[in-house]
Amino acid sequence: MSAQVKYRKEPFRLRLVRNIRQHPWLYIMILPAVAYFIIFHYLPMYGVVISFQDYHPVRGITKSPWVGLKHFNNFLNGPFFWRLLRNTLSINIGLLLVGFPLPIIFALMLNESRSGPFKKVVQTITYMPHFVSSVVVCGLMVIFCRGDGILTFILSKFGMPQSNLLTYKQYFQPLYIAMNVWQELGWDSIIYFAALAGVDASLYEAAYVDGAGRWRQMWHITLPSILPTIVILLVMRVGNLLSLGWDRIFLLYNDMVMETADVISTYVYRTGMVQMQYSFASAVGLMNSLVNVVLLIGANALSRKFTDSSLW
Amino acid sequence: MDIMKRHKSVGDWIADIIIIAVMVALSLICVYPILFTLFASFSDAKALLNRTGLLFAPLQPYTVEGYRLAFSNVKLSTSIWNTVIYVIGGTALGTFITGMAAFVLSRKSFLLRGFIMKMITVTMFFSGGIIPLFIIVRGIGIYNTRWAFLLPWIISAYNLIIMRTFFESVPAALEEAAYLDGATDLQIFFRIYIPLSKAIIAVIVMYYGVGWWNSWYQSLVFQPDNKLWPLQMILRETLISNDRSATMDVTSMAEESYTRELVKYCTVIIATVPILVIYPFVQKHFVKGAMIGAVKG
Repeated sequence: MSAQVKYRKEPFRLRLVRNIRQHPWLYIMILPAVAYFIIFHYLPMYGVVISFQDYHPVRGITKSPWVGLKHFNNFLNGPFFWRLLRNTLSINIGLLLVGFPLPIIFALMLNESRSGPFKKVVQTITYMPHFVSSVVVCGLMVIFCRGDGILTFILSKFGMPQSNLLTYKQYFQPLYIAMNVWQELGWDSIIYFAALAGVDASLYEAAYVDGAGRWRQMWHITLPSILPTIVILLVMRVGNLLSLGWDRIFLLYNDMVMETADVISTYVYRTGMVQMQYSFASAVGLMNSLVNVVLLIGANALSRKFTDSSLW
Repeated sequence: MDIMKRHKSVGDWIADIIIIAVMVALSLICVYPILFTLFASFSDAKALLNRTGLLFAPLQPYTVEGYRLAFSNVKLSTSIWNTVIYVIGGTALGTFITGMAAFVLSRKSFLLRGFIMKMITVTMFFSGGIIPLFIIVRGIGIYNTRWAFLLPWIISAYNLIIMRTFFESVPAALEEAAYLDGATDLQIFFRIYIPLSKAIIAVIVMYYGVGWWNSWYQSLVFQPDNKLWPLQMILRETLISNDRSATMDVTSMAEESYTRELVKYCTVIIATVPILVIYPFVQKHFVKGAMIGAVKG
């Protein structure tokens, strides 16, 4: 883009001063946002240096002793590493396998419906759970899964035990995934509806004239049209494979299901905020973040290699 | 589209019926948990306690006792007030800062545009984590204040990018005349961009509003003082931690065991109805926001 010849290559500092003089308001207006990102994002990024220290609040970052990779070693060799990694991965992969294709199938199916008002009503209703707060969703889940709860009642007809389901190790992850899918199925499909609305209608006309039925139209026109959207979203999901918000699991889990419910982020919260092992928790969090970035870059590279779509 | 008017084959009919059946079932699954809670909240406390299984109407005798008890709880009313402050304050401040920043970052004349955009995008994929943030919040002296709830999440990079994408699509011709008349960037923002951007402002206000309404864990981490807690924190106590003092202040133990369940359902309804009443009217803004966001990835 910037291939054109620059007539005068001024030093950056001079250009900046001139730019500030010409557009002082721009610099004033961006100030609050820049301050926000520096204070609440970049200072904490600097703050991860405590992962390499034995941080003590009274001493602060500057005076706490350096301990190198001690906390990283402790975590990697600690009793919980494999359990946390396994749970974080399996919940995320479960969410990916179930929660990713369902909105696509849902959007494709509803798109096949010819009635506009029916489509609108179904969309409005399925978006609804997205607007219910996490606390309420998890709270209802806790109530519904008790021994006398309605979900327990329904599932007991299918052979599940009639006692508190959230205390069973083997049910925690499926229940957690089901709850998330319930809440986000409709909402996650919005983006596909948007992509579907953009498909050129004349393609369907042509296919119809050529004798392609509904199924083949979907397979040969609709699906390829929304494929770039699918790929981009998949890349983002894979990039988040090791990040799992701790809030919902924190709301749902209990001592009896730690074996399958405890994930990296809940562990960071517990060790850091509850047990106040600041440095150790911070080291665990940092490792998690780094692996995420690597996953995202990897997923994006793969996507760029095998398809035309990529995040950057 | 004339494609709709074409003759349907038998296969088409079967497909349509299957689609309608699946969609109706899905809609019921989405709605029923909330309907159940609504029915339960008006049910008789004793009848509710002895009942397992589905509800298709409140259990008689109908009562609003649960709501009376829920509202008589001082903690709940304080928390509703806090939520109002957080939702209005956080949304107003956040939208304003986001709007200004998005405007600046959409200006080709802003020299640091690329640099600051990169700086913001990085934060979407990498964060220092909760522990360093906690240390910062303590360090700048806002720990255990209302600011601790609001400031650490006052702007969302995602919303900023959506808004910037919209601003970039505003035709430059509109502002050229204003520049020639000697208008400052600030004047152009207020006089040209804000009036043109009502739709996107609505989207961002909704995003922030719902976000603040649902927030709770800031309190858990940064606000030990429960007088600062929002509704969602009290809900958490009521529904999950089973802390009795959160639900009721002065009730006899016997009565409490009956009504505690009822109060749970009522509290859920109190905390959910406002947003469920509003969302059908504003969902088109959300959809629009999701689409603008999708274009940019």
